[in-house]
Amino acid sequence: MSLLNTPLWEVIKGSFAAEIWQRISPAILETLYMTALSSAIMLVFGLALGILLTVTNPDGLVPLKPLYSGAGWLINCLRSLPQMIMIILMIPVARLFFGKSYGTNACIIAVAASCIPMYARIVESSLLEIGKGKVEAAKSIGSTNLQIIFRVLLPETIPSLVRGFTVAVIAVISMTALAGMFGAGGIGDIAVRFGYQRFQHDMLFAAVYVLIILVQLVQFSGDFASRQILKKRNLI
Amino acid sequence: MKPVGARSDKLRAVRLYFLPEQYGETKKGGIWYAGGGRKCHVTEKPMDDYIKIVDLYKTYHAHGAALHVLKGVDLSVRKGEIFGIIGFSGAGKSTLARCINRLEAPDSGEVLVGGTDILRLSKGDLLKERRKIGMIFQTFNLFEAKTVYKNISYPLEISGVPKKELRQRVEETAELVGLADKLKAYPGGLSGGQKQRVGIARALVNKPDLLLSDEATSALDPQTTLQILELLKEINKVTGITILMITHELDAIKYACERMAVLEDGVIIESGFVRDIFNNPHSRTGELFAKVFFEFQRSLNLVDGGGI
Repeated sequence: MSLLNTPLWEVIKGSFAAEIWQRISPAILETLYMTALSSAIMLVFGLALGILLTVTNPDGLVPLKPLYSGAGWLINCLRSLPQMIMIILMIPVARLFFGKSYGTNACIIAVAASCIPMYARIVESSLLEIGKGKVEAAKSIGSTNLQIIFRVLLPETIPSLVRGFTVAVIAVISMTALAGMFGAGGIGDIAVRFGYQRFQHDMLFAAVYVLIILVQLVQFSGDFASRQILKKRNLI
Repeated sequence: MKPVGARSDKLRAVRLYFLPEQYGETKKGGIWYAGGGRKCHVTEKPMDDYIKIVDLYKTYHAHGAALHVLKGVDLSVRKGEIFGIIGFSGAGKSTLARCINRLEAPDSGEVLVGGTDILRLSKGDLLKERRKIGMIFQTFNLFEAKTVYKNISYPLEISGVPKKELRQRVEETAELVGLADKLKAYPGGLSGGQKQRVGIARALVNKPDLLLSDEATSALDPQTTLQILELLKEINKVTGITILMITHELDAIKYACERMAVLEDGVIIESGFVRDIFNNPHSRTGELFAKVFFEFQRSLNLVDGGGI
């Protein structure tokens, strides 16, 4: 069904038809798979990079100007690339790792390369938010730097890290949708192939519902988790 | 434990156990006179200072301008006393306190704590030394992600104290500061006074020999301030811990300290017994503080018939 020859209401009704959802459900799984794996990779590397940035900051625990500037420069470079260009740029890298430059796994590299720097910046700003006093207290007790990072900095900032992760996961979802254009599969692929190229607007609408619900779910769980932690700590 | 530097008002005499010239006492014809001009007894045998700070300099460089915070501070604190350092904001009080456990690295000078040269310690030794120096803060700086129990046990955990001993020490310390029933709570749910008690317990659980109190009561209301000061005095009496109290509150010093020093513009401009300085201030800061203090005390007297 297309908006070109069918009224809007009919297209909306048509977007709930069984055959459309049959087609879309494997794509949902693909999107979930890409999002989950990319988010996990982003979490690990983004966190590590964010910690590195915070620690080597001129006011940080181990001021290391060259490393700090170098990492910052790299992150800014990666972040200045539009997501689409990043995907194209990562095509040869994906071929190197997986032997092919399309498919869900190949897309994960591009998504990670684009979202890790973003999450690293979010982690950095969360960690910098923590009062200098707490770090000073931990130091005055005689904590080593590792103890400060893992026993003070990270636990103290978990609510903020969770909120930042939520924002980042939503960015991952939007990027997997874009990667669909470049052979990654998933919801984005459906929206482009059917909604754009074939004017099947009912399919496009269905893809939109899925994306909206997915993002809402992620945002809700993130907010809920961070609120629960704050509540437990008696901070709200 | 007998308070150090004890004095007896009945005899109108002050018994000093430290190098007296440093604290404004003068010797004329074989008789010592206190700052106020009264005769006093001085034991001339110099005793070791627990904290000894010699000619300490610290300069911050910010935006191309040099800010001289400490300009040759000399200070001696005896073991087991509660020593107050008073000064206006920006006088360098906090920097001075932070130099003692090397949270700030001074430019030059000497800091000795219990004979240990803090500024020459290696990194590893500095960590160990810091475990023997407790510190409490104006903003409490508790770990909000941890329960009160975990806050107090943290210093023990990082120094690898066995579980059973840890539990006992935490409970003991919580008992000492009056928080035995709050161990499972998170700091977020506590009042300011209770938070500072957690801070004190966290600072004391390692059984340090020295407690640095950096404006510990400045964020508290007068009543809570009094309770916390009372607690610090009690702890000082029970454990014999040396307490260095940095504050801008006159009443806190007057209430808790035997001796004090006035820090102005990065130098100690006056030091000695609290009452001597209040009664006979030699410096601008001392004068000003004394004036403010007596007015404050008068108003207190009017309110409840007896100030602190």
